[in-house]
Amino acid sequence: MSTTTAQRTGFGAVLWDYLTTVDHKKIGILYLISGGFFFLIGGLEAMAIRIQLIKPENDFVSAGFYNEILTMHGTTMIFLAAMPLIFALMNAVVPLQIGARDVAFPFLNSLGFWLFLFGGLLLNASWFLGGAPDAGWTAYAPLSTTSPGHGVDFYILGLQISGAGTLIAGINFLVTIVNMRAPGMTYMRLPLFTWTTFVVSALILFAFPALTVGLFLLMFDRLFGSGFFNANMGGNSVIWEHLFWIFGHPEVYILILPAFGVFSEVLPTFAKKRLFGYTAMVFATVLIGFLGFMVWAHHMFTVGLGPAANSIFAVATMAIAVPTGIKIFNWLFTLWGGNIQINSAMLWSLSFIPTFTLGGMTGVMLAAAAADYQYHDTYFVVAHFHYVIVGGVVFGIFAGLHYWWPRMFGKILNETLGKITFWTFFIGFHLTFFIQHFLGLMGMPRRYWVFLADQGLDTGNFISTIGAFLMAVGTIVFLINVIVTTSKGEKVSGDPWDGRTLEWAIPNPTPHYNFKQTPLVRGLDALWVEKTEGRKEMTPAEPLDDIHMPNASILPFIMSLGLFIAGFGFIYQIDNISWLLAVFIGMGITLGAMFVRSVKDDLGHHIHKEDLDKGAGL
Amino acid sequence: MAENTNSVQNELDYHKKKKKEEMKQQVITFALMIVFTIIAFTMVAAGLDKLFVIPIIVVLAIVQVIFQLYYFMHMSHKGHELPAIMMYGGISVAFLTILTFLVLIWW
Amino acid sequence: MSHDTLNPEVMPSEPEKATLEGKNKFLGFWFFLGGETVLFASLFGTYLALRNSNNGGPTSEELFGLELVFVMTMLLLTSSLTSVYAMYHMKNNDFRKMQIWLGITVALGLGFLGFEIYEFYHYIHHYEFTFRSSAFGSAFYTLVGFHGGHVLFGLLWIITIMARNAKRGLNLYNAPKFYIASLYWHFIDVVWVFIFTVVYLMGVI
Repeated sequence: MSTTTAQRTGFGAVLWDYLTTVDHKKIGILYLISGGFFFLIGGLEAMAIRIQLIKPENDFVSAGFYNEILTMHGTTMIFLAAMPLIFALMNAVVPLQIGARDVAFPFLNSLGFWLFLFGGLLLNASWFLGGAPDAGWTAYAPLSTTSPGHGVDFYILGLQISGAGTLIAGINFLVTIVNMRAPGMTYMRLPLFTWTTFVVSALILFAFPALTVGLFLLMFDRLFGSGFFNANMGGNSVIWEHLFWIFGHPEVYILILPAFGVFSEVLPTFAKKRLFGYTAMVFATVLIGFLGFMVWAHHMFTVGLGPAANSIFAVATMAIAVPTGIKIFNWLFTLWGGNIQINSAMLWSLSFIPTFTLGGMTGVMLAAAAADYQYHDTYFVVAHFHYVIVGGVVFGIFAGLHYWWPRMFGKILNETLGKITFWTFFIGFHLTFFIQHFLGLMGMPRRYWVFLADQGLDTGNFISTIGAFLMAVGTIVFLINVIVTTSKGEKVSGDPWDGRTLEWAIPNPTPHYNFKQTPLVRGLDALWVEKTEGRKEMTPAEPLDDIHMPNASILPFIMSLGLFIAGFGFIYQIDNISWLLAVFIGMGITLGAMFVRSVKDDLGHHIHKEDLDKGAGL
Repeated sequence: MAENTNSVQNELDYHKKKKKEEMKQQVITFALMIVFTIIAFTMVAAGLDKLFVIPIIVVLAIVQVIFQLYYFMHMSHKGHELPAIMMYGGISVAFLTILTFLVLIWW
Repeated sequence: MSHDTLNPEVMPSEPEKATLEGKNKFLGFWFFLGGETVLFASLFGTYLALRNSNNGGPTSEELFGLELVFVMTMLLLTSSLTSVYAMYHMKNNDFRKMQIWLGITVALGLGFLGFEIYEFYHYIHHYEFTFRSSAFGSAFYTLVGFHGGHVLFGLLWIITIMARNAKRGLNLYNAPKFYIASLYWHFIDVVWVFIFTVVYLMGVI
């Protein structure tokens, strides 16, 4: 959308534009496309799991292949689908919501994306190179350290690279929200989605280093002969479990909090009321983030931490229900007495409330350490975390996409198709997972590739698989919706929902520089404040002047490519020492690109104010 | 314009003086850190009782780190509120992690 | 940003935070250090859990000698002070003195790194104590090696920006770069304070 590409519209030019872009809006689109792609792959894996379990002792896939599918389903959905889709929304919206022209580190923003993508590609390359990881998405040692082949090595290197990208993205959003806010945008005037992004970025900052270390130790054990988790050398596999969950539990809050943010934007907009209890919502968000770091051992109740540790972690876990409950009630009170308009975004948001509450309730059940000995590693757990992750995060992503689609692409997604998607997916979801609570209580263990006939599990599994097909139908309809809307949809105004927050104060399409003049924020729901005073747009905080913008760069792509190459070298050097060459070449490329970045001045460029009037940069 | 530059210059001179005084403090801080290090090494070399030495050297290390953060890295200055929050966030998680590995790992 | 705004007639007293880019770098780097704290805590935790798992190999009491560690500590502590001096001169806009003090910092860092390499060499050749001998060995080399890797990266970083800016002097574009490099160097020292206390001193008691 920049001036240069408006003139050269060839495929090569567009491709180059996206490879080098540092524009947060385009990076958001890149995250959306690649996250969506991995979501489909993860969905295919889920379908394979459910088809295998449609009847007792099925042989649709082999036992070993089933392990690979279930491992990759979890890993892909968490790291390569849910997180990037959330980053897509954050990139598309957060700078606009705070009245900024870009993020604090546009270059690093691009680097974060390419690291994630190359990490994801590396992980998925394992399918074609002798088999995918098969030790579960938690990769518990010693199962993971002794897993034959290179599957788990791909898991380690892939997640290491994409994890670095996530950490970079987190720091970027933190600094953006602190330093780039428009005049008058105080912390307590930040829209809730921006607040959740802020808290989530802090969680990323403190949680991901634990994963980094865990993956390094696992890598050293598997590829370089160290003994961290090897009992024969005095190692201890509980170390991996702690490191993984010190990261892993905050990770689930990293996923859910932005979804909470989305609902806190959608509900007020379509209820035509301001968010009930804004301050309490902010406080609850921070508190959930804080408590999220003190509960990781509830994943390890059956490890044998002892009654004292189990009790502490059980109580801390139950405490999280309090701020979450505050949020649920605030959403309900936001709806209370509102002038509610039902559309696709709203349907996802409304259905989220009861669905997530169910997941929260089973969460409290699981938090009771003594009872958890019964639930542990059964389908009850599977049902619980799908209720919170699908019912919370995926519903949130769908709501956010419907809500912000006109901001990202200038068109409203087709409502009829949107509603078909919602109802098929919603019904399919509950069919799939509600019954799994009972399968779990009847004792069906998770991660088993077959179950026996006549144990009372047949009907439940059959229903579950039918539900999964409905979810697949819903997803396909959504894809059709995207195609139909892109080709036939009509361009809408910059503010199609009569919005409340700053991102709706911008014309459609969004200019390259977002805001011609930085807006002056005069209250919570900045645009709504102006609307109630009869104005149609924001009051500018500065005179019209030249706009400083960052330069595009191919270096982030090259740096990530280097690590991708080095990743293969690390994996295969254990078979053949000459693969170390790939490590040196790859690291050389990455360090070389870092060196170039360090010594070459990048001062950005200016869009002159004379050109702004002519509509440059649209 | 000249007057303006002059006042800027005066302000800079003031800052310069302040920085000079601060630099003196930094040197004193450094001297203390060296002393603490020598105390820690000497106590260990003298072979005193374990239960006595370990808490003391850990406390000395913590004090040294506080010196580094607050004086050498200027966390005591204005404009370091958010860095302080994030460092304390990191330190809290770090504390929990280390505590876990000390008490919740066994054989 | 035009040439003039980066080279003002009178340098402000905090050149590292005079531009928005500088403020962003400053804050972003501090946040990064917050994350690094957790990274090293995970490594320390692992080390503490495994430090007695010597698997029949040499124990920490047999391995560690305090003399070398004391010298290394002094080198790194002093390099922390010299980098404070470098930043002092940066704020006074005295580029030449800043480069000199940074040069001393680099020299001290190189000395530290040299001793560390000697130390590892000594353990491997005289005690056959390696990364693969035991869980203790793995944890020791990983923790201390991660720190050594940070030292190496810091040295390369400081040398790069010193060489890059040697001819053009200080401006508002490179001042933040020097400043965050020095923050990184202090953080390396912070980690070392815990390493010499937790690994070496507690290892020989």
